[in-house]
Amino acid sequence: MGNRTPLYDEHVAAGGKLVDFAGWDMPINYGSQIDEHHTVRKAAGMFDVSHMVVVDLTGDRVRDYLRKLLANDVNKLKDSGKALYSCMLNETGGVIDDLIVYYLRDDFYRMVVNAGTRDKDLAWLVKQAAAFDVTVTERPEMAMIAIQGPEARDKVLGVLSAEARAAAEPLKPFYGAFAGDWFIARTGYTGEDGFEIILPGDDAPGFWQQLRAAGVSPTGLGARDTLRLEAGMNLYGSDMDESVSPLEAALGWTVAWEPAERDFIGRAALEKQRAQGARQKLVGLVLEGKGVLRNHQKVIAGESGEGEITSGSFSPTLQRAIAFARVPGDAAGSCEVDIRGKRLPARIVKPPFVRNGKAQIEI
Amino acid sequence: MSNIPVDLKYAKSHEWVRANDDGTVTVGISDSAQDQLGDMVFVELPEVGASVTAEEACAVVESVKAASDVYAPVSGEIVEVNENLGEGPEIVNQDPYGEGWIFRMQPSDADAVGGLMDAEAYGAFLDSESH
Repeated sequence: MGNRTPLYDEHVAAGGKLVDFAGWDMPINYGSQIDEHHTVRKAAGMFDVSHMVVVDLTGDRVRDYLRKLLANDVNKLKDSGKALYSCMLNETGGVIDDLIVYYLRDDFYRMVVNAGTRDKDLAWLVKQAAAFDVTVTERPEMAMIAIQGPEARDKVLGVLSAEARAAAEPLKPFYGAFAGDWFIARTGYTGEDGFEIILPGDDAPGFWQQLRAAGVSPTGLGARDTLRLEAGMNLYGSDMDESVSPLEAALGWTVAWEPAERDFIGRAALEKQRAQGARQKLVGLVLEGKGVLRNHQKVIAGESGEGEITSGSFSPTLQRAIAFARVPGDAAGSCEVDIRGKRLPARIVKPPFVRNGKAQIEI
Repeated sequence: MSNIPVDLKYAKSHEWVRANDDGTVTVGISDSAQDQLGDMVFVELPEVGASVTAEEACAVVESVKAASDVYAPVSGEIVEVNENLGEGPEIVNQDPYGEGWIFRMQPSDADAVGGLMDAEAYGAFLDSESH
């Protein structure tokens, strides 16, 4: 038996098919992954993401600490509640994890990191914290529910307490705010509008039930994966890891090169790679015909050489197989994918594939 | 609970086999197998006329989650494939023992089907796999 989130009984009650995910018993779907996917694109779905790791970082020098720790620059965060997506790199520029960090006060930031990397992340955070006298506090008593889709915002606002609603309603995208011990952020991992809400585990089942009563559909981690793939969002462990730099994972946009004197961990290695030109890049793929793209299938990009699919699946929105693939730096246009020994034609595209319910590429 | 019709035979790789009056057998995947795989999005069918050996992979069903081989339950020749699955792979989920059949074959040994599991044995096999 794996770890159980405070919403475990809700998943069982909703008919969730539970599978192991990073040591947690999590719902992969509640019947049909494809139906759940469409519900998020067209209405509203909710995900239990309580397995993710909430870490509070406090101390007078927490900003300096994060400017050393992260490839993106928290100095961009001027307003309380503003979120920043960043990679956390090792000295060789490899990605330890990708994360979201919220600026709350000059002496308080909140970070959300992946469940599968919890132990090494916490060890790294603590190790680097010593020099800055920063306190690293994991918040395992917190649950986290993501509510996503074009109707998500209205449905959530309709069930929040007056206090929480007052905090949530004015939030612009990529901002969060506290309402008591609830933290409500207008963020997500689907390419749709919505909220991610961090709340005490004891409050989670009741809130989940209220959302269900309001017509928000429980949605499993299976749909979460196809939604994020369509939205062009990377998955740690599949699309990047410690052997890959952000420049090779289509995450160059998250690296803050300026100011040049900010000496973040991994900077020297990234600078070198940038000067030489990255040998590989992460691109989107669309399969031209029938079939399904899968992780680790070989990509043949003509004279540029070969690459490999890092995340592949079937896009319910486009009704076509799509993928991310790591390919040689000059690969472009048409390519082929080896599926069970057959070479099938595919096309290199620039993600996202889908945003706010609409196809972003021609099929 | 998984549906296991008593008039069919079953392979350990989760195919079902129906013996037809003309000596051919129809093959699909069990309700338990389709449920485990989830929403089907693609079925790769064998070639009509292909000779296959028992326990040889001869078709592939792909759900959003994973690709899974479909094995020939007995040796013989493929005589018909379910072309409807090309446009409607989800039929395998909706009607695994009926419209969701995958291929029909002529066994080279008429008695080979008798060596497969009956419904009771397959039910016990599923229980043993889930524990």
